Amino acid sequence: MKLEMRGIQKSFGPVVVLKDMRLEVDEAEIHALVGENGAGKSTLMKILGGVIPRDSGEILVDGRPVEIMKVRDAERCGIAIIHQELSILPDMSVADNIFLGSMPRTRFGLVDEVEMRRIAAETLARLGLEVDPRVKAGSLGIGQLQLVEIAKALIKKARLIVMDEPTSALSDREIERLFEVMRSLKVAGVSFVYISHRLEELFAVCDNLSVIRDGEYIATAPVAELSFGRVVAMMVGREIGDRFPPKTNKPGTVVLETRGLGRAKAFREVSFSLRGGEVLGVAGLMGAGRTELVRALFGAEPADEGQILIDGSPTKIDSPREAMRKGLALVTEDRKLEGLFLGFGVDFNIGAANFPALGSAGIVVPGRLTSYAERLVETLHVKTPAISAPASSLSGGNQQKVVLAKWLGREPRILVLDEPTRGVDVGAKREIYEIIDRLAARGVAVLMVSSELPEIIGMSDRVLVMRSGKAAGLLESDITQEKIMSLATGVSSS
Amino acid sequence: MKAHFGAFASRFASRFASRFGSLAGLVILGALLAVLSPDFLTLSNLMNVLNQVSLNGLVAVGMTFVILTGGIDLSVGSILAFSGVLLAALLKRGTPGFLAILAALALGTFFGLANGAAVARFKLQPFIVTMAFMTIFRGATFVFTQGRPITGLGDVGLFASLGRGDIVGIPWSGILLLASLGAAVFVLSRTVYGKSVYAVGGNAEAARLSGLAVRTTQASVYAISGFFAALAGVVLASRLDSAQPLAGQGYELDAIAAVVLGGTSLSGGRGFMIGTLVGALIIGVLNNGLNLLEVSSFYQQIVKGSVILLAVLADRMK
Repeated sequence: MKLEMRGIQKSFGPVVVLKDMRLEVDEAEIHALVGENGAGKSTLMKILGGVIPRDSGEILVDGRPVEIMKVRDAERCGIAIIHQELSILPDMSVADNIFLGSMPRTRFGLVDEVEMRRIAAETLARLGLEVDPRVKAGSLGIGQLQLVEIAKALIKKARLIVMDEPTSALSDREIERLFEVMRSLKVAGVSFVYISHRLEELFAVCDNLSVIRDGEYIATAPVAELSFGRVVAMMVGREIGDRFPPKTNKPGTVVLETRGLGRAKAFREVSFSLRGGEVLGVAGLMGAGRTELVRALFGAEPADEGQILIDGSPTKIDSPREAMRKGLALVTEDRKLEGLFLGFGVDFNIGAANFPALGSAGIVVPGRLTSYAERLVETLHVKTPAISAPASSLSGGNQQKVVLAKWLGREPRILVLDEPTRGVDVGAKREIYEIIDRLAARGVAVLMVSSELPEIIGMSDRVLVMRSGKAAGLLESDITQEKIMSLATGVSSS
Repeated sequence: MKAHFGAFASRFASRFASRFGSLAGLVILGALLAVLSPDFLTLSNLMNVLNQVSLNGLVAVGMTFVILTGGIDLSVGSILAFSGVLLAALLKRGTPGFLAILAALALGTFFGLANGAAVARFKLQPFIVTMAFMTIFRGATFVFTQGRPITGLGDVGLFASLGRGDIVGIPWSGILLLASLGAAVFVLSRTVYGKSVYAVGGNAEAARLSGLAVRTTQASVYAISGFFAALAGVVLASRLDSAQPLAGQGYELDAIAAVVLGGTSLSGGRGFMIGTLVGALIIGVLNNGLNLLEVSSFYQQIVKGSVILLAVLADRMK
């Protein structure tokens, strides 16, 4: 299918998220869509899929303007979107999942199980997936489920499939398999929009590439004419150097050390040391065990083997309260699910980790919470309409600053950050980097997990790289993307 | 700028509505009944309403704590009954009233803690846990009493006045309700514990990772609910001068209705204690008014159900 989106405009309240956006995908083309977090990729795809309405602009399918207001409209046009979080119902059979919303009926209006299984088996075979359509979807691996999602799209006669970060949880073999399927469907005339942060994948499978930045269209070009550096420069819009404040850290003595730390089925044999006043980056692919490691340090899911030493003495951390008592703070990966009380006020959110200190004998002293929160809001430049405004009304960047404020109020000695700038716009990113640097300068030990290599390289003094649940290596100097990636994947790039 | 102001105004309006919508409903209901029945707005009738509301009100105060954490407590009626018969049995054996009441309250709290432990420690669904305990406690009440009511508890002292006495025309039970409510308002809005009740209901994982004592909070709200159910059981036994093993059936639904009518969200984290009083008053005034108007009790149920439905609908509309 040939798709054109032109002049797409979208605002959420006063915030313009898409400005005169364009996207052209040819028939039988795999088209990469890249941009930083918050650039507007997801919004654009949600508009294409009919999940949210656009403010203005037009969408053309095979040269004819179409009206896409609802998900059903998009389906009728032959557009299917496979979201990063798969929409699989694990307790239903594979066939049920594939036919969800479009089950074939018998003459009597009942679900035609026989026909359903036949078509499902046929479609799965076409994708090279040998599973019985009657098994529960939950028993399949992520890679197989990804193919089930594609089967679902094909059943609905999709001629353009949008894939949003499909490989983030896949193994290399599964990724290769997925690419084969995409290439063979392409030959059959199906088009793809492919969204991924892994540039190397885009170069492997895509024909053309469009870059968007801060809600604006930047450029489209054949992948063959582009280089990694060129794409990154277009995404970021300036040299990477000035995204990060200059490094002035003076690492002091070791405050946190792990020896052979592990947790069953998550990670094992991780040993490292963290000094006061330094930023230690933790890099690795999705599923390498980074989040599990930092959550174990914080006692959220405690480690079950190895040792944690604080200031040189072995210690046991088996709950977040214990970790907090020892001076740790954890800014979690998913601020909405784990960091914030979304419906509650900014003041409540900031005070949440420090309530006892805001009162005496268990009784909250009126006004103390407010002034505490106001002081932190001012220090971190949180933009909020009021101190008691619900956290849900803030932008992603300001929400993240609220989470930071919650922890900084406790003046932690060891600050653990898990993806501190995920879903945060470029401006707020820079502010968060400055906050991290200020803390390090004051002697706070910072451990930072990030999937964004430029962030890791720009912020860290040293980088711990993890692979398949183990520490793959520690980079102390001349840290480059290539070095990190070769440790993270186990494949040398040369 | 204008759009901004509009958004602000509508947020203000919705906050106002969520705080006082139920109060407006109560005022309208009261005004309507005042017009329809000359007996409604008399002092003695209003005191009568307060007396009647006190039982459901006490249970609902405890229920509010539970619902704010995102839970539910179906066992309150059975706890009420067991506390009542324990109290009655102790009084019959000549235990001093003060001690007997204390024992009944301790038992209710302990039963509540059993609910709480199952929910918090084993992460079981509150609905199922408290439904199971509802049946167990009711059965235990029957075993304890052999299925017979305990009557003729005596007419003296503290015990008797709780359900029947008054001070300058205000029933003791009503004063007890208002005092409990005042304490609950203070705890929820002014203490670290109150903050963690809201936090657990708003986002239990975020609360845990903020170092709040999530499990303790979860377990304790059921103990509080059990305590208030027992307190209602004491008041009821005093009022009837007897304890019935069948007492309190269906009380859990009235209490939940009061909490929800008061604007507290069943999914937890959002709501406030004063709303629960208003909710309990709406139900009480409605019952009282329909009685004054001599509406048959069969129709009363239909009206009560419809009012709850309408209130929830109105809550959704805004």
